[in-house]
Amino acid sequence: MTASFEPRILVFACNWCSYAGADMAGVSRFQMPPNCRVVRVMCSARIKPDQILAALTRGIDAVVVLGCHPGDCHYAEGNYHTRRRALVLDALLATLGVEKERFQVRWISAAEGAKFAAAIREVIDTVRDLGPNPLGRSHGTQAS
Amino acid sequence: MGKVRVGVFVCHCGSNIGGTVRVPEVVEYARGLPAVRYAEHNLYTCSDAGLTSIKKKIAEHGLNRVVVASCTPRTHEELFRRACEEAGLNRYLFEFVNLREHCSWIHMREPDAATAKAKDLVRMGVAKAALLEPLEAARAKVTPVSLVIGGGAAGLAAAGALAQQGFRVHLVERSDRLGGLAISLWRLLPGDRPAAEIVGVLEREVKATGNVQIHLRTVVEDVSGFVGAFKVRLASPDGPAEFEVGTIIVATGARELEPLGLYRWRELEGVMTQLELERALSSGRTRYGDAVFINCAGAREPGRTYCGRLCCAVAIKNARYLKESDPDARVTVLQRDVMAFGAEFEGEYRRAMEAGVRFVRYSPSLLPEIVGDASVKAVRVRHDLMGRDIEIPAQIVVLTTPLASHADSGELSRMLKVPLDADGFFLEAHMKLRPVEFATDGVFVAGAARFPADIREAVSQGIAAAAKAAAPMYAGEVIVEATTARTDPRACSGCGSCEAVCPFGAVTVAQDAKGRPVSSVNAVVCKGCGACAAACPCGAVQQQGFTEQQILEMVESLAFGREEAP
Repeated sequence: MTASFEPRILVFACNWCSYAGADMAGVSRFQMPPNCRVVRVMCSARIKPDQILAALTRGIDAVVVLGCHPGDCHYAEGNYHTRRRALVLDALLATLGVEKERFQVRWISAAEGAKFAAAIREVIDTVRDLGPNPLGRSHGTQAS
Repeated sequence: MGKVRVGVFVCHCGSNIGGTVRVPEVVEYARGLPAVRYAEHNLYTCSDAGLTSIKKKIAEHGLNRVVVASCTPRTHEELFRRACEEAGLNRYLFEFVNLREHCSWIHMREPDAATAKAKDLVRMGVAKAALLEPLEAARAKVTPVSLVIGGGAAGLAAAGALAQQGFRVHLVERSDRLGGLAISLWRLLPGDRPAAEIVGVLEREVKATGNVQIHLRTVVEDVSGFVGAFKVRLASPDGPAEFEVGTIIVATGARELEPLGLYRWRELEGVMTQLELERALSSGRTRYGDAVFINCAGAREPGRTYCGRLCCAVAIKNARYLKESDPDARVTVLQRDVMAFGAEFEGEYRRAMEAGVRFVRYSPSLLPEIVGDASVKAVRVRHDLMGRDIEIPAQIVVLTTPLASHADSGELSRMLKVPLDADGFFLEAHMKLRPVEFATDGVFVAGAARFPADIREAVSQGIAAAAKAAAPMYAGEVIVEATTARTDPRACSGCGSCEAVCPFGAVTVAQDAKGRPVSSVNAVVCKGCGACAAACPCGAVQQQGFTEQQILEMVESLAFGREEAP
């Protein structure tokens, strides 16, 4: 862990709430460190635990899944699936020795630009302190 | 489709992006990415000049994938998709990269880092674009006929509004007359007009259209299909009926909660509910002697936590009637909080107090007690403000219970694949933005089926639901999102995980020709959330436009891409 370590963080955001919330952060010019890359999906429920593991084993330092607040899902109950899958994945990551901060699920509405910015800053700070993702090292040669 | 040829158009957005991100450098970087055949930057890609350039370069360079790196897909995706389409490219061979909201605007003081991030984002977009496939949006014809379930105020208003626009309507009512709960009421606030008179107006309007077929003593036995072509089966004493409708409005109303086991109802003579009192008033009986109303009976307590919101107004109205028709009688309302919302109900509250009705607050921790052997003699209650027990003589006790959902609403909910809330009321798609729609296309909700509503609200919601239902029927067809799920039957194990997580009933597992269970997705019903694709353990179900491979490619592009930079 060096002082200059800058984590790479992948953010999956649902189209209806969280991606719009990220847009709102931009429109409001909330400044944040440039460590995150947002990938848009229609619903947080599209995200499979495999995809999060894929990112972590390929050296991404943290994965954040953002969805609508419980009860507000555009597809009625997608974020409930997300929440349940996250519980299982949390347990799996713990047995692999991955710090729980490297996979986070958060609820951001379309209006919550400030909350998006705060969440991103917090995740970056936390993961910067943690240092590089230990799972990533085992995968160093598998670039395809 | 042949070899993938990606074109990348990076937008300066005036100085919005270009003032922070070094756009020409990003374009130069894009030119070196695999499969990119052409890249340019535009002052405004969304301008006429920008759109014309996209179309021209598609033709000149034989581009078969287009990536625009500019603002947000939420506002501009449709515009660029259309430009692709106009150049003869399938609109789904387009990928959006957000360099403004997600980059330049949030890293305004870091041009180097913002430029590096822009390169990452463009590379990820190109990686996904290379795997995009042409898609076709499904279209379905819409039968211009509506089914309205429930013949109360909301259902009558909805049926009338649709019929006046020329649509045929089947209005289904399970009792033997129209009017719903309102028909059992005496007079309505505000205005004190007889309930039957108000409902009569709605009923006459419906009948005058000549477009509404009324099915009394009828229940909906089965509904299948989807927006535009629901197949409906009704059951009635006259026999079954089957037909097809394009849209469905749920207006099944609510019932007065029966206070079973509360305040010795049905045990002592003189203990009655508000509805029982309304019926007695309708039958002409005006004098009842001393009366005590107990509000919040069976409401706002563990098990039924909601406030019925109309019940206070009902108690206020009936207490005043009793006091005015028998001025010597002592009329008391025991309340926990008085919810007399709006100008009219607050006015009615004052009017009742001025007429001499007493309002006494009790605490939910010390419920009133009814005194009497065979019939009511008095009510004993802790006066919450005085902190003292008092006994109020009473010949009748009127229990104000909330409206509750119908016990069988679950059946209709399953039939129509629309959700209920924790209290059994139907749950709309969005409580603020889509208050009369369900997430399921073509199905709408109005009136007390959603939550206790007075006649004004029931009628407004009925008309609103009719306006929403009319839209697809006017259009004659529905065009649905193309980024729907699709099953590869060869990879499917028939486990049913996909079917279990679909909130729209779009995925079904059925036996194929060889008797093997296989999942399939109805593209017209699918809303493209991708929950099934994530649930599938075999990778057999894919969400088009967001496939496993496409998402993984973006992840790998982020993880490994830096070394590939030119």
